[in-house]
Amino acid sequence: MKTNDIILQTVTKFTLFVIILFSIHLFFAGHYHPGGGFIGGLMTSGAIVLLLLAFDIKTVKTILPVDYIKLVAIGLLFAIGTGTGALFFDLPFLTHAFTYVDLPLLGKTSLHTAVLFDTGVFLVVIGVTMTIIQTIGESE
Amino acid sequence: MNNLIIFPILIPLITGVVLIFFAKNIMVQRWISAISALIVIIVSFMQANLVYHDGIQTMDVSNWEAPYGITLVSDMLSSLLVLTTSIIAFAALIYSFQSIGEAREKFYYYPVVHFLIVGVNGAFTTGDIFNLFVFFEVMLMSSYVLLVLGGTKIQLRESIKYILVNVISSALFVIAVAYLYSVVGTLNMAHISVRLSEAGNTGIITVLAVLFLIVFGLKGAIFPLYFWLPGSYYAPPAPVMALFGALLTKVGVYSITRTFTLFFYHDVGYTHQLLQILAILTIISGVIGALAFTDIKKIVIYNIIVAVGVILFGVSVLTPESLTGAVFYLIHDMNIKAALFLLIGIIIAITGTSDLNKISGLINRYPGLGWTFFIAGLALAGIPPLSGFAGKMMIVRAGFETENYIGAFVVLMSSLLVLYSIMRIFIGGFWGTPRAYKNEDKAPVKWLLIAPAVLTAFAVLYGLGTEAVYPVISAAAETLANPEIYIHAVLKE
Repeated sequence: MKTNDIILQTVTKFTLFVIILFSIHLFFAGHYHPGGGFIGGLMTSGAIVLLLLAFDIKTVKTILPVDYIKLVAIGLLFAIGTGTGALFFDLPFLTHAFTYVDLPLLGKTSLHTAVLFDTGVFLVVIGVTMTIIQTIGESE
Repeated sequence: MNNLIIFPILIPLITGVVLIFFAKNIMVQRWISAISALIVIIVSFMQANLVYHDGIQTMDVSNWEAPYGITLVSDMLSSLLVLTTSIIAFAALIYSFQSIGEAREKFYYYPVVHFLIVGVNGAFTTGDIFNLFVFFEVMLMSSYVLLVLGGTKIQLRESIKYILVNVISSALFVIAVAYLYSVVGTLNMAHISVRLSEAGNTGIITVLAVLFLIVFGLKGAIFPLYFWLPGSYYAPPAPVMALFGALLTKVGVYSITRTFTLFFYHDVGYTHQLLQILAILTIISGVIGALAFTDIKKIVIYNIIVAVGVILFGVSVLTPESLTGAVFYLIHDMNIKAALFLLIGIIIAITGTSDLNKISGLINRYPGLGWTFFIAGLALAGIPPLSGFAGKMMIVRAGFETENYIGAFVVLMSSLLVLYSIMRIFIGGFWGTPRAYKNEDKAPVKWLLIAPAVLTAFAVLYGLGTEAVYPVISAAAETLANPEIYIHAVLKE
C-alpha cells in the first residue's frame, strides 16, 4: 500500500537543512563546549534517516550516492593521519597542536589539530550508523 | 619516548583501512597485506632488539605523562610476543592466499585480519588496564567477523555462542576494571601496582584477583571456563583457526601472567594456589579431550587447552625459573599451534574431511606434508632438541624444586599423552593404505605447505638455539619476577 506522506516529505525538505546545520554547529562547538564529532555525526545520520523515512532507499541513494563503508575508511584515515602527523615532529603518537589565528569575519580563532581528528570521528559515525541502518532496512 | 613502539599497532591499522578501498581487487589486497605484514615483522624485530639492549621502552600517547595518560610499554615479554604475533600473522596471510576463497577475500577478509593484529599487538603492548580492555574489544570485534565470514551453518551457530560468551566476559571485564579503579584510583598498570603494594594485603584485592582471573580465564580458556572454545574454534577455516588458536587464547594467558605478576603478588598463598589448581585441572581436561576425539581439528584444539594449563602452571609457581619456562613455552606454543592448524588445514583441503577414520596413507603422495607434521608433533610434545622441551623442562624442574609435585607430575604426564594424541593423527592419517579423495588434485598443497614448513623450521631453530635465546627469555622473565623494573621504567621514579 502506498501511503501519502506529503506532510512528512514537505517538513523533511525544510528541517533537513536545519538539522544538518545544527549538527555542523555541534561538531565545531565540540572542542570547548558540549558537542564534537561523535554527536555531530549521529545527528547528521539522524537527518539522513529522516530522509529515508520520508522517501525510500532508492531516492536517498540518488541524492547521496555514498558508499558508507568507504566513508568509514576515509574517516579512519583522517583520524589515524592526525595521530601519525605527530610522528614527523618526533613527538609521541596522537600529540596535538593548536594555535590562535586572526581570521576575517570570525576574529581571533583557535585552530586545533583535534578538529581534524574529530572530522574522522564524524565521518566514521555517519558511515557506521548508515551501514547498520541500510543493512537492516534493505531486507524489506 | 620511543615512537617505534607504536608501529606494530599502527601499520596493520593503516593497512586495514587502506585495504577497504581495494575490497574488490584481490591481487592488490594480497600484495599490500603481505608487504605490510613483512614490514611489521621487521619493525617488531627492531623493537625487540632495542628492548633487549636498552631496557624497557615506553611511550606516553598524546604526550600526557604517566600515570595520567595512556602509556604504551614494551618490555622484553611484550616485544617478543609482538614479534611472534607478526610472524604468525604473516604465515597465516600467505596461507590464506590460496585457501580462503574468493568470496571471503572480497568481503573484507584481509582488512579484518589486519584489525585483529592491531588488537593483539595492542593488548600485548599497552600499559593501561582500560586500554587493554579497548584492545581486547578491537581483537574480539575482528574475531566475530572472521568467525562468521562465509556464513555456513556451523559458523552461524558457533558465532552466537562465541559472541554471547565474549559480550558477557567483556561486561565483566569493565566491571572488574571499575572495581579496581574504585580501590586504587588509577588505571596505569605500573601505578596500580604501586598503589596495591601501599594498600597492603586486604580481602578486596584478593576478590579483584579472582575477578580478573575469571575475565581473562574466559578468553584464555582455563578450566572450567573453556567450554565455548572447542565448538567455536572448530567452525572457521584453517588460517582463521590458526590465528585464533595461536593468538587469541594467548592474549588471555598473557593478561593473566601480567596481572598475576604485576598486581596480585601479595596474597600468593590464595590467588596463585587457586591459579595452580585451575591450571592443573585445565591440563587434565585438555588431555582428556585430545585423547577422546578422532577428529583431527578437535585433537589440536584440545591441545591448546593443555598448553594454556602448562603455561599458567609455570606462572603460578612464580619463581624466576618457572617464569622463564612459562615465557619460553608461551612463545613456542604460539608458533607450533599456528603450524599445526595450518598443517591440518592442508589435510582437510586434500581429503575434504577432518574425521581421522576416513583418512589414511597420505604419506605416499605427500611425504613433505607428512614429515613436517611429524616434526611439528614432536615439537609440540616437547621432544628434545625441539622447541617445546626447554620450556617444559624449566617449568617441571621449578615445580619439583618448590615441592609442587602433583603439578609437575601432571605436566610431565601430559607431554606423553600429548605426544600420543598427535602421533595418533600421524599414524592414522599418514600410514596405512592410500585412498582416493574427491577434489584431491585441486588442493594447492605445495603453496600451502610453505607457511607451516617455515613455522616448523622456526620451532626446530628455537629448540636448537635454546642456548642463544635463553638470555632474551630470561630477561623477559626477570621483569615478571621483579615488578619494580617495570614500575620504574614507566613512572621514572
